[in-house]
Amino acid sequence: MFKHDQIERSVGLLIVLTILTVSVGGLLEIVPLFYQKSTTTPVEGLKPYEATRLVGRDVYVREGCYLCHSQMIRPFRAETERYGHYSVAGEFVYDHPFQWGSKRTGPDLHRVGGRYSDEWQRAHLTNPRDVVPESNMPAFAFLANTKAKDSVGANVEAKMELMRGYANVRGIPTYTDEEIKGAKAAIGEMTEMDVLIAYLQGMGLELKNAK
Amino acid sequence: MSDFVSGFWNMYVIVIVLVSILACALLLYMQGKATFTPGKTMGHVWDETLEEYNNPMPKWWSWLFVLTVIFALVYLVLYPGLGDFKGVLGWSQQGAHKIEVAKMDATVKPLFDKYLAMDVKAVAGDKQANEMGKRLYLTYCMQCHGADARGAKGFPNLTDSDWQYGGEPEQIKESLVNGRMGMMPPHAQLGADTVKDLANFVRSLSGLPNDSVRAAKGKEAFASAGCLGCHGADGKGMHAVGAPNLTDKVWLYGSSEATITETINKGRQNKMPAWQEFLGDAKIHLLTAYVYSLSQGAK
Repeated sequence: MFKHDQIERSVGLLIVLTILTVSVGGLLEIVPLFYQKSTTTPVEGLKPYEATRLVGRDVYVREGCYLCHSQMIRPFRAETERYGHYSVAGEFVYDHPFQWGSKRTGPDLHRVGGRYSDEWQRAHLTNPRDVVPESNMPAFAFLANTKAKDSVGANVEAKMELMRGYANVRGIPTYTDEEIKGAKAAIGEMTEMDVLIAYLQGMGLELKNAK
Repeated sequence: MSDFVSGFWNMYVIVIVLVSILACALLLYMQGKATFTPGKTMGHVWDETLEEYNNPMPKWWSWLFVLTVIFALVYLVLYPGLGDFKGVLGWSQQGAHKIEVAKMDATVKPLFDKYLAMDVKAVAGDKQANEMGKRLYLTYCMQCHGADARGAKGFPNLTDSDWQYGGEPEQIKESLVNGRMGMMPPHAQLGADTVKDLANFVRSLSGLPNDSVRAAKGKEAFASAGCLGCHGADGKGMHAVGAPNLTDKVWLYGSSEATITETINKGRQNKMPAWQEFLGDAKIHLLTAYVYSLSQGAK
């Protein structure tokens, strides 16, 4: 039955066997992750992104920050000395999609929360050269020109509902009705830069000082 | 790390892994057994003359596949991969990280301990400690204070003799350990006119060009509006609250009348993060000494 000659001549069999072969990798490397505690349980202290951070994250995604910044501290001393505790799966359960990235033109950002002051983040986003003359990061001064409620925050309630859906499927803590109702008010008059800074300042705090 | 919600997934992984490896082995075996007639084609013809032979793979190539099967089995015995099985070597990513860190800690701990026992001023004069401090500085501090430690707008220059919170070792260490919250409140409520007077007075303190009439009025406002509460009656600032000296030539945000006006109107806020928990005693001690050494020799 599994003779080269026969498989090659029967399109149906070829399709079935091909699908079977290529699915082995996914069945083994992806599917079991949905059923692992370490990948599905939030680490202690981790909460769903509050409204401002959730839309700030959208700015992060929209501007393609992940193209130059990873959010994945690997378990090597050189990285944990510089950035802090290595990243663990339970820190990303509220990330849809992940912003792990795969290239570091700039530094890893997973534990950037609280590392610099808001003022530094603002000065740096406006013109990175003002604080780090060696930097080759583009300036994002224009983020201060748009109110978040007019762009990324326009449909924040729908986004939170969607995130709640994901969380409910997995049975992890999620937004209350009040939080969703108060989302617009929480964002208020904040600019895109403000919400992006809110997102950055909340990153990786749960294991910031863990050894 | 495998911590499946049920034992099923453990078996699931083990079965699929082993079945696929066995399937590969079986395929190789069958290929080895297959008979080939040299010169015989598969029997189909494309593009008028294109035919396909059915020759066996070169032996060395087949053996490479056999080797991958053997490698996979050996690997799965030594390293984690088969469900919950941890592998006979007991290797893990976290474990490898721990070993790497412990090894380096063993190397640096004697150095850390040696310098931790020394006075900051003595450490500041030690060449090796200085190099260690510099490495730490370039990793954790240069983003705000600059690679040359000369700071940036809003972020203090560490190489001069002007200190918002004091430049003695204890004060530098305190800044590192607990961080600092810089907070100049906004004073726009004083009115544009008074703010302009104040800006002129502030410029007069350090001998910058100013409108002397406004400066005189500003001097009164400086007292009545409470500026002296932080900056002192003489405008020389106060280390305890981080209020800068207004009489010197060092300006954190700039000395133009427009900038000073903005500072008075909107206030200024910034903070130095606390580093104690992240860095620990030894690194803070070295950094304190390094930062202290930077300004020695500055007037």
